[in-house]
Amino acid sequence: MTGNENYTLRINGTDREVRDSWIGESLLYVLRERLGLPGAKGACEQGECGSCTVYMDGRAVCSCLVMAASATECEIATVEGLNPDGTLTDVQQAFVDEGAVQCGFCTPGLVMAVHHLLDENESPTELEVKEALSGNICRCTGYGRIFAAVEAVVAGRKEAAR
Amino acid sequence: MSTGTRTSRDTLGTSALRPDGGAKVQGDFAFTSDLWADNMLWGATLRSPHPHARIVSIDPTAAWKVPGVVAVITADDVPGKPTYGLIDDDQPVFARDVVLHMGQPIAAVAADHPETCRRAIAAIKVEYEELPRLTDPEMALDPSVAPIHPNGNVFRHQRIIRGDVDLVGEVVVEGTYVIGMQDQAFLGTEAALGIPDADGRGVEVYVATQWLHEDRKQIAACLDLPEEKIRLVLGGVGGAFGAREDISLQVHTALLALRTGRPVKMQYGREESFFGHVHRHPATVWMRHHADRTGRLLKVEARFMFDGGAYASTSSAVLINGITHAQGPYKCDNAVVDGWAVRTNNPPCGAMRGFGVVQACFAHEGQMDKLAAAIGIDPVDIRLLNAMETGDRLITGQVVESVAPVATLIRETDSIPLPPPLSSTADALDLPGGSGITAEPSHIRRGVGWGVSIKNIMYSEGFDDYSTARCTLENGVVTLKFATSEVGQGFVTLAPQIARSLLGIDNVVCDTIDTQIGSAGSTSASRQTWMSGGAVHGACSAVRDRLLEKVAAEQGVPASSLSVIDTEIVDVSGAIRIPVSEACVGVSITETFEHHHKPTEDIDENGQGDCHVAFAFVAHRAVVDVDPELGLVKVVQIATAQDTGVVLNPLSVLGQIEGGIAQGLGLAVMEEIVVDDGRVRNPSFTDYLLPTALDAPEVVAKTIEIFEPQSPLGAKGVGEPPCISVTPAIVAAIRDAVGRDIPRCPVRPQDICL
Repeated sequence: MTGNENYTLRINGTDREVRDSWIGESLLYVLRERLGLPGAKGACEQGECGSCTVYMDGRAVCSCLVMAASATECEIATVEGLNPDGTLTDVQQAFVDEGAVQCGFCTPGLVMAVHHLLDENESPTELEVKEALSGNICRCTGYGRIFAAVEAVVAGRKEAAR
Repeated sequence: MSTGTRTSRDTLGTSALRPDGGAKVQGDFAFTSDLWADNMLWGATLRSPHPHARIVSIDPTAAWKVPGVVAVITADDVPGKPTYGLIDDDQPVFARDVVLHMGQPIAAVAADHPETCRRAIAAIKVEYEELPRLTDPEMALDPSVAPIHPNGNVFRHQRIIRGDVDLVGEVVVEGTYVIGMQDQAFLGTEAALGIPDADGRGVEVYVATQWLHEDRKQIAACLDLPEEKIRLVLGGVGGAFGAREDISLQVHTALLALRTGRPVKMQYGREESFFGHVHRHPATVWMRHHADRTGRLLKVEARFMFDGGAYASTSSAVLINGITHAQGPYKCDNAVVDGWAVRTNNPPCGAMRGFGVVQACFAHEGQMDKLAAAIGIDPVDIRLLNAMETGDRLITGQVVESVAPVATLIRETDSIPLPPPLSSTADALDLPGGSGITAEPSHIRRGVGWGVSIKNIMYSEGFDDYSTARCTLENGVVTLKFATSEVGQGFVTLAPQIARSLLGIDNVVCDTIDTQIGSAGSTSASRQTWMSGGAVHGACSAVRDRLLEKVAAEQGVPASSLSVIDTEIVDVSGAIRIPVSEACVGVSITETFEHHHKPTEDIDENGQGDCHVAFAFVAHRAVVDVDPELGLVKVVQIATAQDTGVVLNPLSVLGQIEGGIAQGLGLAVMEEIVVDDGRVRNPSFTDYLLPTALDAPEVVAKTIEIFEPQSPLGAKGVGEPPCISVTPAIVAAIRDAVGRDIPRCPVRPQDICL
């Protein structure tokens, strides 16, 4: 199906053209199916699970709930933009090292959520971590290793800041 | 538990990291829903809105007229067998004359865009005549109720009779327990990409599944194609938990690809996923326990009713699992057990982590607490008094040959310190209900509860669920090939660990997981570490033996004098020390191995027989805070000790333990598919609640590592036990906190406060 919507999205610092799209497409759909950025995942389509988390002007949002054509005036950042040089970020590395990844479907969204949390709060309490991540559902891990990954990043950043 | 150490070699026993971890954290890992092909179409399914109806007519004319639609197919377009199923093939590819459950597939379309598909589905006109619904499973046993399917309303009935059926204990307790319908709720919904062969006589299907070969067999029959014309490749799988054991969109996708001659991708949304796969059986279990005055268990009586929903799926096997585990992990010589799995117009139910044993455990653990209370002893003491040991017999007469450290598990769990009392200044987020509904801290009551379980591992009742693996050593690189579905559990981590340990070679790669090798059996029943681990072990051992033979011939020593230690080939005298990397220069060896477990047998009409392969055990202690006025629960801590056999990867095992506990917590306090006279009321993540990070309790886990002699690697499967007895432990803790006999799970606010 082709529509007649043409617009430009600014994603990970680059302008991306969207041509002949249907107006009803979500940002998640356009990222995944039109722009070749499948890192954001669709798992609930109603903003409950956080798998589709991206940043819009620095705010973490569920891209399944954003109309793509309405996202033209902002800076969009996706998981693909976290490590442009291919080196894992400290959060990504900690997820791997601490066993926070099982099936991995929730993982990109959680990595985005953790980066967002630690950007705003460099030393969150256990409860602040839990609250910040409570919009991201993980069905495999029971969250224990995810908390361990966050702790490892916080400790690593403190160590690096010394 | 400690997650152990990592070494440079990532051999068995280390916390080797997932080889796909880097890709997954970057969003690079290709889940099936991420796959894409040139000229690809999207597929979608039309489903019945009614739980039971006659289909008067299906008119797809308007759907064909929607611009962008390429195919519309119904039951008339299925070239082969019109039905499929894992055990009984009673489930139609598409409904033809009648629908038996809400959400049953009626037609499918292929089109250029998901929105086109949606419009085409909406344009198909189906006229229904609603029929009376059979939604109470007890009514399925009523001979005056007309069968809703030609095969009848009873999937299976089985009894177990053992010992003195007339025995009456000095202490008798009974109860009826209700278990709600739980959803597997994997994050990555059903997805498949079908790519037709150029000649139109075969198809390649990338699919997220638990069992490639079983899918292929069922797809081939429905498409009327030889199995070799269908190649199945495992697409990335976003969790499974039992829900990918049955066919969902596999046949539809393959059929649309063949019909259109173009690649077709199907991917369910969350609502459709709730209708597209089987769920955990809701069940009602009555039990009466007889004991002597000291609390020694003498006899168990039980009656199980599993609501299998509209189609058979694995209901008959779930039933057998449930009733054969009725005694729990306790010695018991006498039993009278009756069980049914029946057909209703409710959603079809089948495999979910725990597979029938979850329901049995919820009941027998409630009974053990009643017994303890009746006798006046502690819940820990009643369980220790009756704890099963290796060599004891099940109520099926089968001797438990597995390592059975039940008393140790209970003691080790009991020795884990209790959490500190709730602080009077606790944050609202730490209270029952969280910040949304504020509990009054001074009213909150704390409770402690116990659950202990036994779970069979591998398939039962004579089924030879073997696994196949191939090991190729070529110029110092080991390539492993198997059809074992990686669904997140970590077999792709474990298999190279096995190869590294056996062969002394670190460069190990896993080939594509597909049907270009023999079956691995299903990734279910906690069986892949044992079965596919055994197959990889066998294949690598055979390659190692041939390598040692070659070196032995070169050195002029008997091969039996050589072995691989770390990364070297050494002989018994210590005179020969050759790096494996040197020995395999120019070497090319391939070996394929099938691992079979010991045979099992059917049970007889009295439920007697050696129907299971092996068993694993686990103990859980739950601590909860409850607001009795608002009916809200916060699970504070889960202490657990699990019988794991040898731990091959501590980090993976801990992940299974913590993840399983979260799913068991979900069933205890929040997860239930609400079905109202056949209609599903909450098919979304807004209305079907899943544990979040704020619901996650502190988990203190221990593993009891005793080499399991029957297992090729000494290890037991660890996937299912964590989720089984944690549910009754949490519910027991709630009962302890509020002093009420709560007979169901999940526990809802009204069960506590009304």
